[in-house]
Amino acid sequence: MRRLFQFHGGVSLKEHKKDAMTRPVKTALLPKQLILPLQQHIGAPAEAVVAIGDKVLKGQLIARPSNTVSAPVHASSSGTVVAITKHPVSHPSHLDAPCIIIDTDGEERWHTDRQPVANYHELPPEKVREHIRDAGIVGMGGAGFPAHIKLNPSNHVVDTLILNGAECEPYITCDEMLLRERALEVIVGLRIMRYALQAKRCIIGIENNKAAAFRALQEQVRNTGADFIDVIQVPTVYPTGGEKQLIQVLTGKEVPASGLPLDIGVVCHNVGTAYAVYRAIEFGEPLISRYVTIAGSVAHACNLEVPIGTPVIDLIEECGGNRNTLSRVILGGPMMGTALHDITAPITKTTNCILVNSTIGDVPLPSRDKHVMPCIRCGNCATACPIDLLPQQLYWYSRAKDFDKVQDYHLFDCIECGCCDYVCPSQIPLVHYFRYAKTEIWAQQREKTLADIARERHQFREQRLEREKQEKQERHKKKRAALKPAGNAASKEEEAKKAVIQAAMDRAKAKRESNVSKPKNTQNLTTEQQQKISETDARRTKLNNDTTDKQDVQRDLLQDNNP
Amino acid sequence: MNLDTPSSPHIHSGIHITGMMVRVCLALVPAIIAYTWFFGWGLCINILIAVGTALGAEALMLRIRQRPIVPFLTDGSAVLTGLLLAFCLPPFSPWWITVMGTAFAIIVAKQLYGGLGYNPFNPAMVGYVMLLISFPLEMTQWVPPNIVNQLQIGFLDTLNIIFTGNFPYLLNIDALSMATPLDTVKTELGLNITVSEIVRSNAIFGDFGGVGWEWVGNWVLLGGIWLIYKRIITWHIPLALMGSLLVISFFFFMLDPDTYASPMFHLFSGGTLLAAFFIATDPVSASTTPRGRIFFGIGIGILIYVIRTWGSYPDGVAFAVLLMNMAAPTIDYYTQPRVFGYKKDYEKQPSKPGDGGNS
Repeated sequence: MRRLFQFHGGVSLKEHKKDAMTRPVKTALLPKQLILPLQQHIGAPAEAVVAIGDKVLKGQLIARPSNTVSAPVHASSSGTVVAITKHPVSHPSHLDAPCIIIDTDGEERWHTDRQPVANYHELPPEKVREHIRDAGIVGMGGAGFPAHIKLNPSNHVVDTLILNGAECEPYITCDEMLLRERALEVIVGLRIMRYALQAKRCIIGIENNKAAAFRALQEQVRNTGADFIDVIQVPTVYPTGGEKQLIQVLTGKEVPASGLPLDIGVVCHNVGTAYAVYRAIEFGEPLISRYVTIAGSVAHACNLEVPIGTPVIDLIEECGGNRNTLSRVILGGPMMGTALHDITAPITKTTNCILVNSTIGDVPLPSRDKHVMPCIRCGNCATACPIDLLPQQLYWYSRAKDFDKVQDYHLFDCIECGCCDYVCPSQIPLVHYFRYAKTEIWAQQREKTLADIARERHQFREQRLEREKQEKQERHKKKRAALKPAGNAASKEEEAKKAVIQAAMDRAKAKRESNVSKPKNTQNLTTEQQQKISETDARRTKLNNDTTDKQDVQRDLLQDNNP
Repeated sequence: MNLDTPSSPHIHSGIHITGMMVRVCLALVPAIIAYTWFFGWGLCINILIAVGTALGAEALMLRIRQRPIVPFLTDGSAVLTGLLLAFCLPPFSPWWITVMGTAFAIIVAKQLYGGLGYNPFNPAMVGYVMLLISFPLEMTQWVPPNIVNQLQIGFLDTLNIIFTGNFPYLLNIDALSMATPLDTVKTELGLNITVSEIVRSNAIFGDFGGVGWEWVGNWVLLGGIWLIYKRIITWHIPLALMGSLLVISFFFFMLDPDTYASPMFHLFSGGTLLAAFFIATDPVSASTTPRGRIFFGIGIGILIYVIRTWGSYPDGVAFAVLLMNMAAPTIDYYTQPRVFGYKKDYEKQPSKPGDGGNS
């Protein structure tokens, strides 16, 4: 008997699992239209490689991964691409996301280029991972992290590969049904994963309320003689199915905060992922369908194998739900699922359950009161928290928008499991407050990053301007320095110019002076005229001489100088 | 079709403040019956007066503060405050004592601080201390157990006493009243009489505490254990409070049994058990972290002993609780639990916004 450990807190929930497990899993009807979001995983969205009007075959690649943390998307059935556009998807923001929309032709013609791996042991692990990546497999427990990355041990030694079959949320039974009906396939998938990870041993963790699935697994492990696989029953406490919680229960180790399970030599995958890996390796089939539980206010609650991209409403109606009386449709479980705003949103690789609430008939979900009372500090939330946080302090500081303090109280270690909310006697929507605080902090950080970039740019610009100014000054200085000898020459030139000007002026002056004594029209004069002029001159001279002696002297001098 | 899109989780346990408060009140019922058996109808009448006053004062204040009246009046917290305060008063207290104390508790200690969830001090204890300081005479007029049976003071007689102060058979309260066991020990120790002599010479002492009192204590204890079983309160505060009181009183008792009363006497006398399970566990004013609650309980236990033994009041429960109420926020700050994933060998810093959750 393996020693099990306990995580702090948790809550016991009413299961509501029986209804959907009364019927064997059937394949869902093929929808008229498939809506395949380009992003069904954590990481970068895929890039469409088909165009509108293209005929596609079942299993054909229609969008390729855009970088290393991304996953391809394949056509779930054959048909025609009719649109590549934004379409409502399940997201808390209610925003539409880019999707490839395919009108199905009902022929289900398979893509011929399937590449099954006959013996994966002959391939190196990285080739196996490549196959898994090309099959578009992501974590099917809900987070949707690309599986090939989580199957890469990088430079760690993986001691334990845990297969998560806990499925602790009420209503959801798709993993349990998968284990009941496909135990052998899951175990083969697990062995492939173990090979990819080079893990020493494997544990399949399964809640002790799933006796049939547990027995099926044990039997198959015995039959296959895989002595490195332990099938372990764990107590039924929500949220045992959380990755960190299950690892703690099975190994007693805590995944370090802001670390990965890989850091403690553990990797955890969902049982659905193992099944998808099996299909990919054994048959070369990409991930194009999954098990989905349809429960709540529907006539026939059941599990269906659903082509990915099937609109939610098609499945609700297939199970006898009425589209006119829907009041709330939750994708996922009642504790962590997202309430859908548009029922045409598609099933994605990570959708495990459709929980239907109707305005008529019994309402399966006992929701909290609309009237929120003040926190009475009872501490029920802290008792229930599997992370050992103090939700009431987080609530207090989130409400006060004290985002520094709320991070000091470890807001970002919250896994949003909803336990605190569930036990709050004041009916406070605690998780909602925590999401709000997280979103605000992310927004602030984005803004801060942008502001930092802007400030850097501004500072850089200032620096550049300053530098340019200095450079200019430097250039001028240099130029001036270079011009200094030339400048002396210029002054000499100027002097020369001045001298020229002076000379010209002197010449002009002389000319003027000579003009005074030599009137212009004196060339062709008769003697009489000459005489007359002479007389006039004599008279003028006489007159001038009479005015002042000084002038006389001057005139005399002048007359002496210029005869 | 409009789909409802609230944030998860989509289910709730159904637990509600009213449910919690009602259970606390129910847990007190056996003790109330025992109390009535030994000390007459006084408690029941006081409870009615106190609860009525509490609801009236609450409604008035909610109206003045423009808060919704119905949800806050039906949350049961005012009823509980009235009930607890009445439980602490002498059974034949004049009606105005009860009214004043309760009104003060609700109006000043609770509503003026912001109402439910915002009061730093336990309202019932604030009301009690106000009365104890302001009306020491009325607050010490305790009657010995069984006297009501011997004198056959019935329900109507009790009503008459409480509302008019007229005792039947031309008796008066001074003739009837008698010091409580704690008071007796305190007074007579001051006269250099040993504890064993005091216990032997006074008929009011029973096996552990006072006659009658210890039975009320037993039922309080049982009610408290039921509350822990029902997960309305946790074990931390009661156990820490009783444990620390037992340890400290045992230490001094062993040092000098003549001057210091026995641990069991301290446990079953006065308000110890009521404080341990019903008063110190008031979530609003107590410490909330698991470790913090232990420190909180230990603090109250030690303070009860210190005030009883060396203080001027015979019982120190109310003062001890109020003093520790003051310390609660500080205790909470320094006793935060170790968060998952922060073992010593890991980093101490809280996760950054970029870190992923579980995947």
